[in-house]
Amino acid sequence: MDKIIEVNNLVKKFGSFVANDNLTFHVEKGEIFGFLGANGAGKTTAMKILCGLSKPTSGRVMVAGNDVALNPEKVKSSIGYMSQKFSLYDDLSVVENLRLFGTIYRLSRRQIQDRTRQTLSRLNLYAERNRLINTFSLGWKQKLAFSSAILHRPRLVFLDEPTSGVDPVTRRQFWEMIYEAVADGITVFVTTHYMDEAEYCNRVTMMVDGKIEALDSPSALKQQYGVETMNDLFVKLARK
Amino acid sequence: MKTFIAFVYKETLHILRDYRTIMVLFLMPVAQILIFGFVVTTEVKNASIGIWDQSKDNASLQLIQKIESSGYFNVENYFINKQQIDAAFKSREIALALVIESDMGAKIMQPGGASVQLLADASDANTAQILVNYCSAVISDFEFQQRLLPNNKSIPQVEVRMLYNPYLKGVYMTIPGTMAMVLILISAMMTSLSITREKEKGSLEVLLISPLQPHQIILGKVAPYVVLSMINAVSIVVMGIFVFDMPVVGSWFWLFFINLLYILLSLGLGIFISTLANSQMVAMFASMFGLLLPTILLSGFIFPIENMPVPLQVLSHLLPPRYYVEAVKIVMIRGGGFLYMWQEMLVMTVFLVLFLGLSIKKFEIRMK
Repeated sequence: MDKIIEVNNLVKKFGSFVANDNLTFHVEKGEIFGFLGANGAGKTTAMKILCGLSKPTSGRVMVAGNDVALNPEKVKSSIGYMSQKFSLYDDLSVVENLRLFGTIYRLSRRQIQDRTRQTLSRLNLYAERNRLINTFSLGWKQKLAFSSAILHRPRLVFLDEPTSGVDPVTRRQFWEMIYEAVADGITVFVTTHYMDEAEYCNRVTMMVDGKIEALDSPSALKQQYGVETMNDLFVKLARK
Repeated sequence: MKTFIAFVYKETLHILRDYRTIMVLFLMPVAQILIFGFVVTTEVKNASIGIWDQSKDNASLQLIQKIESSGYFNVENYFINKQQIDAAFKSREIALALVIESDMGAKIMQPGGASVQLLADASDANTAQILVNYCSAVISDFEFQQRLLPNNKSIPQVEVRMLYNPYLKGVYMTIPGTMAMVLILISAMMTSLSITREKEKGSLEVLLISPLQPHQIILGKVAPYVVLSMINAVSIVVMGIFVFDMPVVGSWFWLFFINLLYILLSLGLGIFISTLANSQMVAMFASMFGLLLPTILLSGFIFPIENMPVPLQVLSHLLPPRYYVEAVKIVMIRGGGFLYMWQEMLVMTVFLVLFLGLSIKKFEIRMK
């Protein structure tokens, strides 16, 4: 299988504080890769480096076949990004948001029109395409933000705690959307605090204090550490 | 280019959909210019004066008439003793009192001359000073006419001409000052707010991860505000011309150019503020206190820079509005061209480059 992310000996220091301590891992094409860890374990820092938003202190990071440090622009156009904090511009309508991000990712007008119609019909929202984002509930906002992040059909999408604060039913629907994206050939890199969601991933890493403590499929990890659920695993590792 | 236009369009939608801000943006300059134009004035019109005329002859009547017809004073009351004057000051009926000694007509022809006394309410020292000056001017004018008639002694005559602003209108100073204040406030505050808003909401991160270049993001955010600020500059100049009779002696081109330069400079300052501030609140306070007060106090538009203590004079050199006010006055009032204000323009350009350079520097540090 192809490796879409390859990280070798990644170190990120802020002064004397080591946020990422010698990370080495890879993500395979087409998988859902879960990035877990307690708050402050260094997940966000690592994700920022993978997205080209921040430069590593040392180490090599290859994303979608390009070195992030040398060729950040190539990397940026082949990835999508969605964070829990921002879900589309509140004072713009659904269509305006999708058109904006579509244009930013250099889609043609035609492509934007077609994909907008397609995406919104799938969500049963085409009739409400001119509604402003701030009139939607958080769950809908997150679903729309995800649709926007994959509108340009990136090879890889980063999801930073995409489901925080939404109800279980919406979370379920959101994961269905993730599976659909994977079926379309998009690799998913996701951070989450919900351990039931970790079970949906093909492979997960557990980060503790800037280091990767464990990395494998959820079932293999549970067996290895002798625990019943991912929740128990998290508690066991994070407490160490 | 297409992405850039899409981004500017998005920014314009943000501005247009926030109609309360739009109202503030367009009404604030108008309100400011009216308030400052009418309130901040050192002119005196129809000040109340009281007169104790002990002479009551032809000469004193002529003097009183001259004072009344000067347009500066309104004779409120005539007194017959000192107590009445005191009472009138205390009840704030009058701001100035004139006491004319007896036999003025006869004494004025004598070598020693006649004397009058001016009493002013100095609890408001500035006004008192101005009123006394105005009144003294009227009196010496009168004296001059009187003396001229009988024996034409040649007293050296001082002829004063106030160049560029013959009527000493206060608005000649307040309009450029208000323009400086309003433009820097709107431009710097609005850009810093709009950039920190994206920081707060997390959308800036999304934009930085996108193929958009950082400079495209910044330019895209700033572009609509250049247009907005230019509209404001035009509305202020139009108000100055039609409401306050400001002249535009120099060229419209240079007036436009100076304004554009100043607006760009202010936007650069706004960008710089937004690289320092992480929340809209901080950005707002930084622009309000960091820009508004120094502009009002130190740019020389209300308080003359020459009268300030040296440290403050030095400080005033560090404020961009000072140079803008100077350049605007050169063009609008004195009619000077590029040769007369290249220094001011150079300084403003240096500020612009400085603010943008610092912002880029700061941004690079953040990336590391």
